[in-house]
Amino acid sequence: MSIDTTPKQSWWNRIAHPGQFVAWTTPLLWPLTILTAVLFVVGLWFAFFNSPEDYQMGDTVRIMYVHVPNAWLSQFVYGVMAVSALGTLVWRHPMADVSMKAAAPLGALFTALALFTGALWGRPTWGTFWEWDGRMTSTLVLLFIYLGIVALWRAFDDQLRAARVIAVFTLIGAVNIPIIKFSVDWWSTLHQPASVFRADGPTMPGSILTPLFVMFFAFTFLFITLQLKAMHTEVRRRRVMTLQRKAAQGSTA
Amino acid sequence: MSAFRAMLVRELRLARRGGGDVLTLVLFFIIVGAIVPFAVGPDRELLARIAPGMVWIAAFLAMLLGLDRLFRPDHEDGSLILLRQADLPLSAVVAAKLITHWLVSALPLIVASPFLAMLLAMDVETFWRMLISLLVGTPALAAFGAVGAAVTVAIRRGGLIAPILVAPLSIPVLIFGTGSISATQSSAALLFLAALSLMAVALAPFAAALAISSGED
Amino acid sequence: MTSRQVFPPLSLRATGLVCGRGGMALTRALDFSVTPGRCLLLRGANGSGKTTLLLTLAGIVAPLDGVFALEGSDAETGPALHYCGHRNAVKPRLTVAENLCFWAAVNGATGLSIDAALQQVGLERLGDLDAGYLSAGQSRRLALARLLVSLRPLWLLDEPTAALDAEGHDLVTRLLDNHLDMGGLAIAATHDPITLPDPARMETVVLGARP
Repeated sequence: MSIDTTPKQSWWNRIAHPGQFVAWTTPLLWPLTILTAVLFVVGLWFAFFNSPEDYQMGDTVRIMYVHVPNAWLSQFVYGVMAVSALGTLVWRHPMADVSMKAAAPLGALFTALALFTGALWGRPTWGTFWEWDGRMTSTLVLLFIYLGIVALWRAFDDQLRAARVIAVFTLIGAVNIPIIKFSVDWWSTLHQPASVFRADGPTMPGSILTPLFVMFFAFTFLFITLQLKAMHTEVRRRRVMTLQRKAAQGSTA
Repeated sequence: MSAFRAMLVRELRLARRGGGDVLTLVLFFIIVGAIVPFAVGPDRELLARIAPGMVWIAAFLAMLLGLDRLFRPDHEDGSLILLRQADLPLSAVVAAKLITHWLVSALPLIVASPFLAMLLAMDVETFWRMLISLLVGTPALAAFGAVGAAVTVAIRRGGLIAPILVAPLSIPVLIFGTGSISATQSSAALLFLAALSLMAVALAPFAAALAISSGED
Repeated sequence: MTSRQVFPPLSLRATGLVCGRGGMALTRALDFSVTPGRCLLLRGANGSGKTTLLLTLAGIVAPLDGVFALEGSDAETGPALHYCGHRNAVKPRLTVAENLCFWAAVNGATGLSIDAALQQVGLERLGDLDAGYLSAGQSRRLALARLLVSLRPLWLLDEPTAALDAEGHDLVTRLLDNHLDMGGLAIAATHDPITLPDPARMETVVLGARP
């Protein structure tokens, strides 16, 4: 029952120190912001002016350039959270806690955007905002899980203690999401004779793929930038909390 | 093994003397089911069509309602800290609690389900299928519930948040549970449901024990 | 002193141990060791980290820095310590004897029988009473009886005399003395002075004298 906490100095441990992490990553913030902005400008220009209309959907096909990257991020962010959760549980890495906490609201936001743009796209294409299609349903469940995790973070008084518990829950969610996906797909094929929606139909021409890829990277970099910024904010929030506690303790002692 | 049995006996005793908690849950289950005709109208055909789903929803809600007494009383009176120094591992403690949780909050619902089936004009064959699906599926609900309760035990008012966490995770149970009642595809759904139950019950004690021991840090 | 040695020779050694909660250090770096038959008294003002130190030693709170080890303990034989905290872990709906039986079964019934333990703490006539009817002091006695039904070498006691009457103080002293006689170790956080018959067995650490 001995617990060894002697620090080993490696790059891993050095970024484990929140102050050093902020110092190391702050120079990245502006370049990332500019890169994201450029990617958005290029991507949107392609999307609006240099890609064809769909012969069926017309101009509304352009919603795809926003919708698909968001749908991708809705799953990617959960992956980031799950990896951070492993970092919290296995290596007790303090920045993993911060990364997990920063990612949760971002994931919820991207998932909500994916659903929202999907609904906007669905209205003119299928004539309805919402269809209990397998893909949409599992994205909705994913949104519930994100919101549950955000609520869980807010419910804990002590954020440092919360991290490990939430890491456990995040990993349980990660195991469960494929099961949910499978069950929902099974369920929607049971209840619907033929699917209304097949995005992966014929191969897409390059004129659609180019803006899609650019937008895809634009949104991914947007996430990375926001994630870094949110992590910095969280580090500062924790520092303020610690200082407040220290001050409170100093006044009573 | 005797420690595990002592744990089971204690939990059952506490449930039996718990001041009618079991009865409250059964009553809640029946009332939720009995409200349905008031909301959708007493059309027997419609009721019979939605009855399996309504019974599952009632059971699901009733089991969520009982979650808070799984770990919270032990957390509040200090037993949970002591159980971490017991001769049996915390996961075994959770497993014992999981078993008794199913016995006192799922089994009574299953026993009471014929009554609800009658109120909702379910036919006999559907009823038997529903009974089997409840028997196979409720362990998974109990297991997900135990994880949710363990995650929220360290939160002062975690009783409200546990259902929010557990409900999305339990969606596959509902899907396969009601799927195994429907006429088509029922055997496949029942197998999926059984697989899900086995997996959830096998893994939940470890996950819940991990959540409990991290939460009290 | 070792005439009734029951426990294997263990000693608890802590070096540079810093305890705290939520990342905030409450104690200075502590160095101490407790050898068989000795008791460490933790004194200090409210909020000086006595409970946190006990929880750390119980393995419930991770130390912020430093190490501690129970030397000579064998992980195979299961947990080697009893923690007795502020909360008594008494279930009001179970009888006194049922409460104790449960802990004996869960922790291993290696110590006194249920009746003997209840006798020791002065609850022998209340065995069949629902524990909900016990007074605060009687609940405390029941919590102490838990330490007697399973033999474990290390006792971590948090305010063991809280809610106890004068006779109860004597009881705690007697139990502690007995435990040390058997070669046990004890760490007790307390505001009430505990004086063992042999003061040489006690050592006091004052917490809260911040660097």
